Amino acid sequence: MSFLTTMGMDRADLEVILDLADEFVEVLARPIPKVPALQGKTVVNLFFEASTRTRLSFERAARALSADVMNFAPAQSAVTKGESLKDTALTLKAMGADLMVVRHSATGAPWRVAEWTGLPVVNAGDGAHQHPTQAMLDALTIRQRFGKLEGLRVAIVGDIRHSRVARSNAFAFSSLGAEVILVAPKTLQPVVTDHWPVTLSDSLDDVITEVDVVYLLRIQTERGGLSVFPSLPEYVARYGMTRRRFDALSPEAVVMHPGPMNRGVEIADSVADHERTLILNQVTNGVAIRMGVLFKLLGGER
Amino acid sequence: MPQVMTQDDMRRSLHRIAHEIVEHCEGAGQIVLVGIHTRGFPLAQRLADAIATFEGIAVPVGAIDIGLHRDDLAHRPTTSLAGTTLPVDISGRTVVLVDDVLYTGRTVRAALDALNDFGRPAAVRLAVLIDRGHRQLPIRPDYVGKNLPTASSERVSVMLAEVDGDDDGVWIHAHDPDRESSPVGTETGA
Repeated sequence: MSFLTTMGMDRADLEVILDLADEFVEVLARPIPKVPALQGKTVVNLFFEASTRTRLSFERAARALSADVMNFAPAQSAVTKGESLKDTALTLKAMGADLMVVRHSATGAPWRVAEWTGLPVVNAGDGAHQHPTQAMLDALTIRQRFGKLEGLRVAIVGDIRHSRVARSNAFAFSSLGAEVILVAPKTLQPVVTDHWPVTLSDSLDDVITEVDVVYLLRIQTERGGLSVFPSLPEYVARYGMTRRRFDALSPEAVVMHPGPMNRGVEIADSVADHERTLILNQVTNGVAIRMGVLFKLLGGER
Repeated sequence: MPQVMTQDDMRRSLHRIAHEIVEHCEGAGQIVLVGIHTRGFPLAQRLADAIATFEGIAVPVGAIDIGLHRDDLAHRPTTSLAGTTLPVDISGRTVVLVDDVLYTGRTVRAALDALNDFGRPAAVRLAVLIDRGHRQLPIRPDYVGKNLPTASSERVSVMLAEVDGDDDGVWIHAHDPDRESSPVGTETGA
């Protein structure tokens, strides 16, 4: 069993992971935040794309469950000598990996690794496709704040087209009962959204007063995000979470961001540090969610 | 399916254990009762209620989930976790672990490991409603409601109003090959 996507997962599937993560939030708050549940298991972080925080979060999660961790970074590896993804994956399996956490710039790479190795695989981000543990940690953060997602309105704002986070989150939030509104300039909206459980808007100001959660995305310059609107100041003027927009939110509404954030672009300085901006809660919950996923995949019968 | 303990039997046993705990610990001031999920927790609460009635002392009650400390995680399907809540720092106190059935001792071993993560108690004692024998580890209870000789093939069911919604009681069953679908109670003791 692997954890590759939030698409097609029903509410019960998602809630199992959230409930497990709740327990790991408690474990992480203990004087000794470590349990022996995955002693003797080896988790391999197979990251073909630059990522520090996600890799560290998985590493922290695995270690808190007493698993051993091997980190693979292509820059220092035989990939630079021409080794294929398949051979890399099979090599790491032969070294004794029990589970692989895969990040790759190509959509579908984690599925292929799962097929080739027969091991459980966690998708830690494949291209602009999926990033399911991000969606789950965000759902956990919202559930902690509001008690449930049912009936909440969530606006996901920014570079939807290039965002695996937007896709994973939209499907997860919707399965959990929230209403999802994607807010972006036309050029950053997804090309096809027929099967997405969302509504679309190109004006943040139109929806700002009616949402419970504003989920901001980073402009992904590495995926061509800058070329599709006239200038950054124009983007900030129409889609940035400025102090003025923050003050227009309902008093209970919260702001989230998957990080790393660009202060002064998608989020104003004073908003980023506000008590109703949950970015650091998201980071903490990321460890708990990844513990839940690793425990679910490795802790049981195989 | 013979019943081996009634509601009244259970109440009397728990009251006796409550007295024994207070007597052995020379007062209840430093005691923490910690129930092992699922049925150990309501039993710990009942012991605390009894101690409160007899001694006028409110003993803190915690719950411990040993799901992350099991030694058979590779063989059992993942269960959901119930969470660990300890209302006070256990360091320096006398912890009384409470469970419904003592069987192989592996659950208690896991609970001792789990307790270690929270502090260093002055002492740890073990109170169980039923001791059915067949220990696989060097563990023995300090307080026992009833010693119940069993065969390994038999099954002991403890029902508690707080958990199962019915009247309290303890039953012993001959081995039921289809026990996953058995409507009564749960597999207890591990």
